[in-house]
Amino acid sequence: MGETPHRSAHAGTGGTRVTSGHDWPAGASARFAETSGNPRTPTGNGLGGGGGLPRARAFGAERAFRGLTVAAGAAVLVIIAAIAVFLIAKAVPALQANTEDFWTFEGWFPNDNPPKFGIGALAFGTVLTALLALLVAVPVALGIALYLTHYAPRRIGTGLGFVIDLLAAVPSVVFGLWGRDYLVGPVTDLSTWLNRYFGWIPIFGDGPYGNSILLGSLVLAIMVLPIITSLSREVFLQTPTANEEAALALGATRWEMLRTAVLPYGRPGIIAAVMLGLGRALGETIALALTLGSTYAISFNVLTSGGNTIAANIANRFAEANDTGRGALIASGLVLFAITLIVNITARAIIYRRREFTESAA
Amino acid sequence: MSSLVTSHRTRPPAQPATLRAKRLPRYAAPVIAVAALLVAAGVVYGLGIGGPVLVVVLGALLYLAGLFTAANAVEGRRAARNRTWSALIHSAFVLAVLPLASVVWTLVSKGAERLDGDFFGTSMNNIGARDANGGAYHAIIGTLEQVGIATLITVPLGVLCAIYIVEYGRGRFAFAIRFFVDVMTGIPSIVTGLFVLAFWVLIVSPWFNDGQPGFSGFAAALALSVLMLPTVVRSTEEMLRLVPAPLREGAYALGVPKWKTILRVVLPTALPGIVTGIMLAIARAAGETAPVLLVAGGGAAINFNPFENNQSSLALFVYQQAGEASKYSPARAWTAALTLVALVLVLTIAAKLLARRNRLGR
Repeated sequence: MGETPHRSAHAGTGGTRVTSGHDWPAGASARFAETSGNPRTPTGNGLGGGGGLPRARAFGAERAFRGLTVAAGAAVLVIIAAIAVFLIAKAVPALQANTEDFWTFEGWFPNDNPPKFGIGALAFGTVLTALLALLVAVPVALGIALYLTHYAPRRIGTGLGFVIDLLAAVPSVVFGLWGRDYLVGPVTDLSTWLNRYFGWIPIFGDGPYGNSILLGSLVLAIMVLPIITSLSREVFLQTPTANEEAALALGATRWEMLRTAVLPYGRPGIIAAVMLGLGRALGETIALALTLGSTYAISFNVLTSGGNTIAANIANRFAEANDTGRGALIASGLVLFAITLIVNITARAIIYRRREFTESAA
Repeated sequence: MSSLVTSHRTRPPAQPATLRAKRLPRYAAPVIAVAALLVAAGVVYGLGIGGPVLVVVLGALLYLAGLFTAANAVEGRRAARNRTWSALIHSAFVLAVLPLASVVWTLVSKGAERLDGDFFGTSMNNIGARDANGGAYHAIIGTLEQVGIATLITVPLGVLCAIYIVEYGRGRFAFAIRFFVDVMTGIPSIVTGLFVLAFWVLIVSPWFNDGQPGFSGFAAALALSVLMLPTVVRSTEEMLRLVPAPLREGAYALGVPKWKTILRVVLPTALPGIVTGIMLAIARAAGETAPVLLVAGGGAAINFNPFENNQSSLALFVYQQAGEASKYSPARAWTAALTLVALVLVLTIAAKLLARRNRLGR
């Protein structure tokens, strides 16, 4: 994300600013001073330059339009602040009613009296599935992006790139449905196999298999794959041809050219793409609500049915929630908001700082 | 390479032979591949540890190892690395195409089952678990109305915000807005749903709904517009930055005020690109399930009024049908998913085609 073509030198420079450098040619001021006294007064009969400019009106269309745009810009800040404020306002009563520790309790019974619920297992599941998904998706996505930009014939590369862009637009509920109905079979087989031969590794525990963290992460990986691919593909395409040709001319093999010219140039863009994928994976709701087993336990066991994430839990438990239940779900959403906010701000900070040095892709 | 060598025929004949780097013969790669597959099949079936899938996986790994060893022995380390990475990048592509192709194939084959007039002409009102008919008319109406209202809210706000950032914004305030628009791209859809739930459904709507929280299509539109806003702002911003500075300066030189320059010169020039961004944002919003699930309620009956009572949407319809116990509901879910994907893809393709005709280019 954020392939802002870097600012052209003049874009965005304001009205009078642009001309102010030119309307006083060398020696002009003295001449104006002789002929018309004070050329800057609006009433004076200026001979040219800035002489005849009318003074800006206090309540003209210019001010109104400018005010409108400022308000629209401020609306963004207001919305972000409002999200935080309203979520907190609704979450606090539920958190006060909670009789267990919100951070460590493994369970979700906010509708009971007294209400008991904890975010620990959910937050853990959210981060685990997202990281597993990225672990699978990022290398593959970068591989495809490199294939499309530097290995495939030009026509095929463009065509397939278009298809990947389209796949990035496919709604997540479709991937969830596919994962629940079709991927679950192969994943169960894979789980059985992994457990039989690698069961001694603690993460490959016993059955029942199926709606496990493995399934959820794989669906998530397939979902973020087109997103990361299409973003990093655009970044790779922006590498200056001169850099690539220089590397090749120095005798680099194709892989060495990719490693020395393309990848370093695109690094900020790749980081941005991965972070955007991470944001998607962390916040993904429906695909995981359809594929995970909805349990409330902190476990690294990726094969056994179970697992849960904050977002999937909200989708699954919303229908049955009473007032406290809604508050509890909003509180969990607040935690998710905080997590994604931290991830995003970190990513943006990295990109903004790098951009100063490289003035490049991202 | 060969032409280079032959052009030096005047030199002593020993020279070309030593200059030419040793290369693996053309048949080497297929031979290694076949050998790797045979060895893998022998190992897998000999030990009885798996089926054909494992043979392919193990064979691929053996192929990579064999290729590296052979190339390392004949061509040297750098060429061997180049070959191995090339093979890895190609296999990443194949690896990713399989599940994505499976998603598309499943979608089309399963979705065609209920693709009839009944599906597009009826709602789910009074459809029990044993009824094979029933359709998504109400959901299609919901999607269109919600996305339409969200677009009406977002487009003026987003375009004005982008105008502020590009044309007027200076200093820390503009930087903060840019930064938070970037951050906003990463806010999970479920969080925007919770925000509108806390703000609109639970706090504002009881004022004119007899003290009861009122779910409505309008609430869903609000949540969707929060999701669309950053996309619209970012794409508009990029397009405005691409407008050549001389166009603005020409208008200023003719004495056109800044606001009129923006509205009459800058915006029309950037219009195709802006429309592209808006269409992509609409496509993304149309596929969102989570916010609609939280704030629109999702009814089974046709409801044309987005301001009152529950409304459904196509994405929500897919999710609800996926969770239903009827044996007919999966077919409805897949057909609705196919409809949704078709809608989203038509929007995306139209947007991309429009972008291709854009005079500003990227």
